[in-house]
Amino acid sequence: MTELRYLAPDTLDEAIGAFAKAGSAARILAGGTDLLVQMRSGMLRPGVIVDIKKIPEMTEIEQAADGSFRIGAAVSGMALAEHKTFGKVWPGVLEAVNLIGSKQVQGRASAGGNLCNGSPAGDSVPAMVAAAAIVTVQGPDGRREIKVEDVPAGPGRTNLKPGEILVSFALPPRPPGSSDAYLRMIPRTEMDIAVVGVGVSLTIKDGTVTAARVGLGAVAPTVLLVEDAAKALIGSKLDDVALAKAAAACSVACRPIDDKRGTIAYRTKVAGVLLKRTAAIAAQRATGK
Amino acid sequence: MAKVHVTTSINGEPMEFLCEPSDTMLDALRGPLALTGSKEGCASGDCGACSITLDDRLICSCLMLAVEAQDHEIRTIEGMAQGDKLHPLQQKFLEMAALQCGICTSGMLVASDALLKKNPDPSEEEVRFWLAGNLCRCTGYDKIVRAVMETAAEMRAQ
Repeated sequence: MTELRYLAPDTLDEAIGAFAKAGSAARILAGGTDLLVQMRSGMLRPGVIVDIKKIPEMTEIEQAADGSFRIGAAVSGMALAEHKTFGKVWPGVLEAVNLIGSKQVQGRASAGGNLCNGSPAGDSVPAMVAAAAIVTVQGPDGRREIKVEDVPAGPGRTNLKPGEILVSFALPPRPPGSSDAYLRMIPRTEMDIAVVGVGVSLTIKDGTVTAARVGLGAVAPTVLLVEDAAKALIGSKLDDVALAKAAAACSVACRPIDDKRGTIAYRTKVAGVLLKRTAAIAAQRATGK
Repeated sequence: MAKVHVTTSINGEPMEFLCEPSDTMLDALRGPLALTGSKEGCASGDCGACSITLDDRLICSCLMLAVEAQDHEIRTIEGMAQGDKLHPLQQKFLEMAALQCGICTSGMLVASDALLKKNPDPSEEEVRFWLAGNLCRCTGYDKIVRAVMETAAEMRAQ
């Protein structure tokens, strides 16, 4: 076994240099709640670990004057929960991040790690997709921005180029009457992997939905943005017909696996049911009712 | 193999140790630091027996590299009692027999302490959800939850 090297650079440029130089032997360490488990199980034997938590940009939560947020890729769920305003503006994203693992895991696990781990069932990802988050990545060829839904490439894989590091999430400003929610189905009450996860973000004006986004997790090789579900909601008053159409769009989008947590038929049906419930919670929050 | 020198603070005391880059914090605690109160159950973040706090946030020490402790503050079960005086949670766990084999106990105590520092008046449901990451395979959860609730009530009354 080759010797493991641990690096904790202070700047992003140093981190990118070290990460790119080590090539496929390198792994990024944010919270470590996936990485250490993969190392322990023998699934991964990295030669170099680049800890990004000494880089201020990676661990900061910033709210701009227009209300938009920038969240460092290594910010833990607990740090997000402790932030004064984040949970008021994005309650759905916060609840999704804080459904990952236990309180102990939330003390370390980050949305950046959850996304880069590439699990179709990562809880924070559908909520980030619904939130229209844009991620900033930086690599040897410079910095670029990608829509969060374009990051996962398949189970355990991302569309990041070799040497690129996820730096932060940008969440847009919200017009009045906006809110979001995330619900997942798991076979027990806590500490399990989603059978289906649904994130819904809504803007409601005078009772009518003026903007909507729906993220769907655990039912396809990657987390999905379900545009047809959003279209069914926009312009509606969230009446039964609109909700049924949106639910059907979610079920149609499903390409799930059969496993011990749920069959294909079950996951497909539950995706529609959860859409309705999640939309109801987001609407209640958006309208204050 | 080149060992790494780590300077940290454990239970309020400055501390130094040597570790391999791949060692977990739990390895360091139970090895060179000889603080064996934190137990290894699953080593994959599922059981909570190795719970500690890192800069006052509850974490599993099996999911942290020991080298990450550099310049941070660690607290373990060994720092919970004040000299011979047990922490109210420890006292209550004893009185109410909220343990059987004891493997989960230090993790339960560290996690419960972190909860009560954040929320001195938790509902039973909040206690149960907070402790969902701490597994107990023998005494069950009722006695533990009751002990936490009762300690919280007594600490609030003081």
